[in-house]
Amino acid sequence: MAACRCGAVRAGTGSAGAGRAGGPQWLDRRLWRVLGDLGFFALRVPEADGGVGLGLPEAVLVFEEAGRVLLPGPLIATHLAAGAVPGAATGETVVAAVDGGLVEWLAQADVVLGDATAAVPLRSLDPLTPLHRVPVRVADPVASLLTAAEQLGTATRVCELAAQHARVRQQFGRPIGTFQAVAHLCAGILVRAETARAAVYAAAVTADPADIAAARILADEAAVRGARDCLQVHGGMGFTWESEVHLHLKRAWVRTQRAGGVTESEELLATALTPGAA
Amino acid sequence: MDLSYTPEEEDFRARLRDWLAKTLPDLPPKPSPGDWPGRRAYDLGWQRRLHDAGYADVHWDGTPGVRLIFLEETEKAGAPYVGANFVGLLHAGPTIAAEGTDEQRARWLPPILRGEEVWCQGFSEPEAGSDLAALRTRAWRDGHDYVVSGSKIWTSHAEVADWCELLVRTDPEAPRHRGITWLALPMDTPGITVRPLRTLAGSAEFAEVFLDEVRVPVRNRVGEENDGWRVTMVTLSFERGTAFAGEVVACRRVLAELAVEARENGRWDDPALRRRLGRLNAEFRALWRLTQWNVSAAEASGGVPGAGGSVFKLRYSQARQELYDAAAEVLGPDCLDLDRPWTLDRLSSLSYTIAAGTSQIQHSIIAERVLGLPKGR
Ligand SMILES: Cc1cc2nc3c(=O)[nH]c(=O)nc-3n(C[C@H](O)[C@H](O)[C@H](O)COP(=O)(O)OP(=O)(O)OC[C@H]3O[C@@H](n4cnc5c(N)ncnc54)[C@H](O)[C@@H]3O)c2cc1C
Repeated sequence: MAACRCGAVRAGTGSAGAGRAGGPQWLDRRLWRVLGDLGFFALRVPEADGGVGLGLPEAVLVFEEAGRVLLPGPLIATHLAAGAVPGAATGETVVAAVDGGLVEWLAQADVVLGDATAAVPLRSLDPLTPLHRVPVRVADPVASLLTAAEQLGTATRVCELAAQHARVRQQFGRPIGTFQAVAHLCAGILVRAETARAAVYAAAVTADPADIAAARILADEAAVRGARDCLQVHGGMGFTWESEVHLHLKRAWVRTQRAGGVTESEELLATALTPGAA
Repeated sequence: MDLSYTPEEEDFRARLRDWLAKTLPDLPPKPSPGDWPGRRAYDLGWQRRLHDAGYADVHWDGTPGVRLIFLEETEKAGAPYVGANFVGLLHAGPTIAAEGTDEQRARWLPPILRGEEVWCQGFSEPEAGSDLAALRTRAWRDGHDYVVSGSKIWTSHAEVADWCELLVRTDPEAPRHRGITWLALPMDTPGITVRPLRTLAGSAEFAEVFLDEVRVPVRNRVGEENDGWRVTMVTLSFERGTAFAGEVVACRRVLAELAVEARENGRWDDPALRRRLGRLNAEFRALWRLTQWNVSAAEASGGVPGAGGSVFKLRYSQARQELYDAAAEVLGPDCLDLDRPWTLDRLSSLSYTIAAGTSQIQHSIIAERVLGLPKGR
């Protein structure tokens, strides 16, 4: 898996980059090709068609890692297009897609799936994800599961960051991790991440829509609340542009807006409680 | 994560399902919540049936798959809960299996499985709750016996128990965690007084236990003298790691019943309530997956669950309280009616974030043992 790109991307966007409409104007095509060479996009394309021939469980592990290292780009859209859109599998073609009322990376993509004619750019809160609004919502359970996997990666990463910081940052003459108020924040991050992990991995194996919805709810929560608590543990440092923490929170927020988010998943799971009843 | 069951395990499921369908209809009526002798007889009777049909030892000897299937199927069928057998089957028994001698295993395990003997847990004391290592109940050697004096508190099922897993201080001079010993105490020994305590749910499910120069044979000691803290950690890891696993299925059943009730009484039309139930569905599905994971992980690491059990205990106890709060919303004013089953369950659920280690203590365990944060004071 590619190393963390956030250092490079942070330097590339800076405060000026964040101010421009739609976030970064470029996508690291070299990185995209590297991902293509690694089989990131062709992971689930059958071997007979030149792909890697693996399944959803493997894809979930890979996307978890992508989330953990804050990999930017329309990763899920391109992955889902591999095998159908020429060049997507190898990373030569960047594919964006309409999803949940938004398109990520619309202007930078070579191919856009779905109806994006009425797309309006917005000033993206995530400096690493340019966004357009669209009037349509499209839901794909696999995209929702891979989103959950990315959120799980974020939850795992912010847990590491919080615990690391709590172990070394000293106040009142001792590491802040010795204060229960801080230790318990960190433990809470872990509990949400590990519960989400159980749900996400299980959904990867069953591919059942209710399992995916459950995974998505728990992973969204684990990522967003985890990133917020991680920021709190970092104190003033956490509030700066220099710290990596805000990038995780912002990306986690972007992902919550993708189709299959909290409201839809809760409704799906409510309906699943009384199967048969209309 | 392997969620698949082997064909043998699926055969087991089919057999168990059949057996449950045949057996459950002719169980005696359930005793009332406050009738402790009645409940003891009922719970032991159920254990005996399981034993006679060959299902008693699944918790100990079954594959992880068999254990999970047992929990799923018994709960789904509405079979009786372990009840009075909780301590014996789910943590005293497993501790003896892991730490006892062959002789001790032969003495204590079969009666638990056959539904003949009930165990209770004498860990907490008035001055030692969360800080369990502060326990003061003293034991000193006199020939082949330990002589025990002190008192225990919050001892669930003490009134109806035959045995107690008892923690005593055998060396008051040693550092706190060193001088502790784990004993099996017969509850009919002279010098024991049990005084029931009334819970906020109105029942007397736990008690104070006073010990006045009670003689316990040295052969009842599990583990070495003064090495009881290590044995205690084994007991607690069973208590937190796997003992509550079956209740997740019970929660899922309650949740489905709540949805049906909400459809019937019109509350389902409220999207906020519907979504709340949907979220709880996500929660308990995830907790069941976590259970599957923990049971398999415990198996892989030699049978004793790890500190990850605290992750489960913490999340489960909170989720179950939220479940009954949602039930209250579904019931409306009826949630104040003690004749509605969920009302009593809601009251009982208030103990879940306290018993078996409070949520605050679980957070600390996770911070220190899982995340490796420095120890607080
Ligand atoms: C229904 C029920 C059944 C029980 N059954 C049994 C049984 O069968 N056998 C048995 O031995 N025990 C049993 N217990 C006892 C149970 O294990 C204890 O109640 C529990 O460990 C808490 O101890 P305590 O009640 O002394 O509370 P305390 O330890 O006094 O705690 C009071 C509050 O302070 C908090 N607190 C304490 N120390 C810390 C700390 N270091 N950091 C942060 N917060 C802290 C606690 O979280 C809690 O909120 C039972 C309890 C209940 C409610």
